[in-house]
Amino acid sequence: MGIEGIGARVTRKEDRRFVTGLGRYVDDMVLPGMKHAVFVRSPHAHAKIAGIRTDQARAMPGIIAVLTGPELKADGIGNLICGWMIHSKDGTPMRMGAWSPLAVDRVRYVGEAVAVVVAETRGQARDAAEKVEVDYEELPAVTDAVEALKPGAPQLHPEAEGNLIFDWELGDAKAVDEALASAAHVTRMRIVNNRLIPNAMEPRAALGHYDRAEDHFTLWTTSQNPHVARLVMSAFYNVAPENKLRVIAPDVGGGFGSKIYIYPEEIVCLWASKRTGVPVKWTADRTESFMCDAHGRDHVSEVALGFDADHRMVALKVDTIANLGAYMSLFSSCVPTYLYATLLSGQYVIPAIHCNVRTVYTNTAPVDAYRGAGRPEATYLIERTVETAARELGISPAKLRRRNFIREFPYQTPVILNYDTGDYEASLEAALKAADYAGFPARREEAKRRGKLRGIGMSCYIEACGLAPSQAVGSLGAGVGLWESAEVRVNMAGTIEVLTGSHSHGQGHETTFAQVVADRLGVPIEQVSIIHGDTDKVQMGMGTYGSRSGAVGLSAVVKALDKVEAKAKRIAAHLLEADESDITIENGEVKVAGTDRSLPWAQVALAAYTAHNLPTGMEPGLKESAFYDPANFTFPAGCHIAEVEVDPETGHTTVVQFVAADDFGNIINPMIVEGQVHGGVAQGIGQALLEGCRYDPASGQLITASYMDYTMPRAADLPSFAVATTNTPCPNNPLGIKGCGEAGAIGSPPAIINAITDAIGTNDLSMPATPQAVWEAIRRQGH
Amino acid sequence: MYQTTYHRASSVAEAVKLLADSGDGKFVAGGQTLIPTMKQRLAAPTDLIDLRHISELKGISFSGNEVRIGAGTTHAEVASNAALAGICPAICHLAGHIGDPHVRHMGTIGGSLANNDPAADYPAAVLALGATVHTSKRSIAADDFFAGLFTTALEEDEIITAVSFTAPEKAGYAKFPNPASRYALTGVFVAKRPDGVRVAVTGAGEDGVFRAEALEQALSTSFDPSALNGISLPYDGLLSDIHASAEYRAHLIVVMAKRAVEAANA
Amino acid sequence: MAEISMTVNGRKVTATVEDRTLLVHFLREHLGLTGTHVGCDTSQCGACVVHLDGKAVKSCTMLAAQASGSEVLTIEGLAQDGELHPVQAAFKEYHGLQCGFCTPGMIMAAVDIINRHPNGLDEKTVREELEGNICRCTGYHNIVKAILAASEAMRGRAAEAA
Repeated sequence: MGIEGIGARVTRKEDRRFVTGLGRYVDDMVLPGMKHAVFVRSPHAHAKIAGIRTDQARAMPGIIAVLTGPELKADGIGNLICGWMIHSKDGTPMRMGAWSPLAVDRVRYVGEAVAVVVAETRGQARDAAEKVEVDYEELPAVTDAVEALKPGAPQLHPEAEGNLIFDWELGDAKAVDEALASAAHVTRMRIVNNRLIPNAMEPRAALGHYDRAEDHFTLWTTSQNPHVARLVMSAFYNVAPENKLRVIAPDVGGGFGSKIYIYPEEIVCLWASKRTGVPVKWTADRTESFMCDAHGRDHVSEVALGFDADHRMVALKVDTIANLGAYMSLFSSCVPTYLYATLLSGQYVIPAIHCNVRTVYTNTAPVDAYRGAGRPEATYLIERTVETAARELGISPAKLRRRNFIREFPYQTPVILNYDTGDYEASLEAALKAADYAGFPARREEAKRRGKLRGIGMSCYIEACGLAPSQAVGSLGAGVGLWESAEVRVNMAGTIEVLTGSHSHGQGHETTFAQVVADRLGVPIEQVSIIHGDTDKVQMGMGTYGSRSGAVGLSAVVKALDKVEAKAKRIAAHLLEADESDITIENGEVKVAGTDRSLPWAQVALAAYTAHNLPTGMEPGLKESAFYDPANFTFPAGCHIAEVEVDPETGHTTVVQFVAADDFGNIINPMIVEGQVHGGVAQGIGQALLEGCRYDPASGQLITASYMDYTMPRAADLPSFAVATTNTPCPNNPLGIKGCGEAGAIGSPPAIINAITDAIGTNDLSMPATPQAVWEAIRRQGH
Repeated sequence: MYQTTYHRASSVAEAVKLLADSGDGKFVAGGQTLIPTMKQRLAAPTDLIDLRHISELKGISFSGNEVRIGAGTTHAEVASNAALAGICPAICHLAGHIGDPHVRHMGTIGGSLANNDPAADYPAAVLALGATVHTSKRSIAADDFFAGLFTTALEEDEIITAVSFTAPEKAGYAKFPNPASRYALTGVFVAKRPDGVRVAVTGAGEDGVFRAEALEQALSTSFDPSALNGISLPYDGLLSDIHASAEYRAHLIVVMAKRAVEAANA
Repeated sequence: MAEISMTVNGRKVTATVEDRTLLVHFLREHLGLTGTHVGCDTSQCGACVVHLDGKAVKSCTMLAAQASGSEVLTIEGLAQDGELHPVQAAFKEYHGLQCGFCTPGMIMAAVDIINRHPNGLDEKTVREELEGNICRCTGYHNIVKAILAASEAMRGRAAEAA
């Protein structure tokens, strides 16, 4: 692997600028003449807009412009869209309600943008925003998806009668019902997956600049996928044609899904820049992030899992209601469908599975993908149910899982996916060992002597990552292909630039991508620069989400490297008068195998560009590009084990041990992979113990609108984690990578809740298991 | 934040005069509550009179068992004062768990008391210790100082200059933090004094800090956690929010009181 | 408007700013020191932590005018002559950062924690002392490791100098 190649624990190239305060985030940008935007937002969850008066605001000091929805519509700016078409089981298309970047005649959630004020300073803009008078006629609101489906509930969109967006199913209902009817045992549960607010630490920001001379727009934005942003703003929102719109996502302070989507503010900043003739910057304050960033999860499901007399699973039936908020965000429709129901087989042989999903409008912020996206919901549902079944059947949770593990690959599940490879026994075994599972009863006794309730819980998860084969997702309704592109540009003196469509916002691509190049061409990673996040520099890209950068983005890089390497070998063979098949590249030298004849890498690069002596007919230059379209999803899987102690007097839970044993396939940089697991597990523990978005059901006000009320995991809330990996390389991509970005958030929540319910001896507990919730659960059973 | 005008006072007298000369001014000490409130546009003082540079408000002094803490003393200074820890470690422990280290570097005891946030820690200590709040005008007994949510006996132009108390025989503080804000969801300070036990509760009361007489009586008989076994407090008058129902808070008061006694006896 | 003057990273600066200007905005917008970040509006996330007269404070919870006359150290002033401060070096070495947004405040807080614990730190103390700094990427695991390692490194240096 070499000291900097694949598999090496290399410290990150990007760190120096971050630890010295020299990172460049959108809010750090300053353009000449730049002004500041503040949005006027709805204080109501549901209201008609009878009128907007802006005169007073316009008269305030420093005001450049006050702009509203009707003006935006008059300029032809389009509505926001959901880019994945789902059809209901009756064949009708999903019902998408109109979502204007600035509300025109109605608002449907607290925080919806109604107008924008542009001023010399942010303070002035905020002063004036308070003077914009909006006449609201309040309407009744509904925030809970189950309530929204009931007759008589407040109605959000004329396009969606009964607030139902679609009623979709996957699997064979008849086979499932028959199998459940004859099952020896059926475990039934109602599973709630709590609504979360992503909370990347960098609030979203956008800086729009319209260049009148070139009739050209530039947008600096906090995006995980600037190319997708450009495509959508161009093709659907009518901001500008793609060749007149450059989107730059510089350093981005975390995303976790929330920065995939194109939001109203980005569109408005571009449009406002053209209207005002000055660059316009908006930066969210945290309260806006809470109100307006796409939220995650928010499912309510009824589950039935049937077993035969030998404790083998025979069928799984799931009925889910998913809250999509007030409008359909960009990928909202695929999260509770193809990223969820397709994973319901988990790691198990389940001959029959059926899942019905109803998605619902409510007067809440739009809901879309958040770290894991659908897969945490599936995993939580299965792993809570399997654990519960083990308790009901009186056998150990590990034994019940083992009895049902898929052991032969490839494995075709009844819910579309074809698992390529895996070894679930290996990760379970590794986790049990690392957790000293056998020693748990003694630890429980010791804790009891201290007055604490100790419990242990596990979760065996699988996810589908490496999004995604374009033809497959196209057939399922995706509006785009999910390939990735790369270009490898060898400069004349041999240094290398890699241009990738995979955006890095914490994942460390500047290091891992360079490691792959170093591995292949033997050059030090310092001579390799990774360029991403700018549509003018990188031709095409689909961005970073779904644990796809390694499995898809790097595969594209490898394909381009293949071409570069082949051409370099041809040049070297020509110069060294050797056969092309005898040429090897190692340690920065291009050699004739078995001889002492070689050329420094830089000399081959130079030869490619001087073109003084190239093989006949060869084009000068050493720069190749490639697109990679995955042949299948990848299937990271693993086992997480949590051990907790509950203080029965207060209900407070301490996570005393957390073990993650994950199969990510091959690994480029173990240090970075471990960091991804740590962060994902922390978010999963956050979901399980601490985080829960709450709206007031009567008023529709967001109660958890700041860190005063929304509990973020802090250092003292978490333990150190034990992270182990097992490896079955992915057979479908050149590096054998499966992806690691979401696993932690997917595997950990059920492990935590399984552990707490084990500790307190009741299964009657939902996330987040706050101290009060746990105390009440203990009390309900009269402990 | 709305526009405001900043003034820096170098003496208590100057601060009082600056406030009198202002429209709708406010004193600011550490500013760890007032500045966030102003950022949220929930407070809009025309003038801010900064008390942080007034030397007469600083420092901790002792006279036998009598302790006097200058109003401008930061939480970090109280937490790390070795002499104070020698005679009343509970108040050092309390100060060392207010907010976070950054807040503790700025926030002051005077500012905290004047603000009287219902979830702040200091009010519990001051009330349980039967402390005296000294101001630019008078001395106020703790029992007369706290007057409900964010309300005190202070007049608009009155500045807290110091807090004094007699070190108790024993004292302890136990806090169950709000998981999100880390303020006290329920905090209980117990102080055993020659004339009996005082128990003050913060974070739980609808009207802010209060004394829990039932617990005081029980602990006056026996200053031991077991003295509180079986006591359950009424829920009325207790806060209820997404983090804790009144019922849960009533329960936590007893649990935290036990732990405070345990700490006091340790 | 307020006339303010202070020393920032060893450099004397004077300016006239709106009285309502927060220290963090003065640093970012007037001095161009954009390493200090704003991650929340309720004074809880700690992305804005700087040192004021040697102590960690939240620069979003203080007017620039309140800081007038003081010495301010920001993340940009921590490395000396191009050499990373031991805490900066440890964050890189132990992968104590991912997206980098909380990192400046985290590092400034860490330096303060280590300064206040010259006899060394343990994991529990570090986790408690990080109460005022929120990170969404790392799960804190490697931040804690980095701070413990930096503490040891700095004690080693101090012992060497003594």
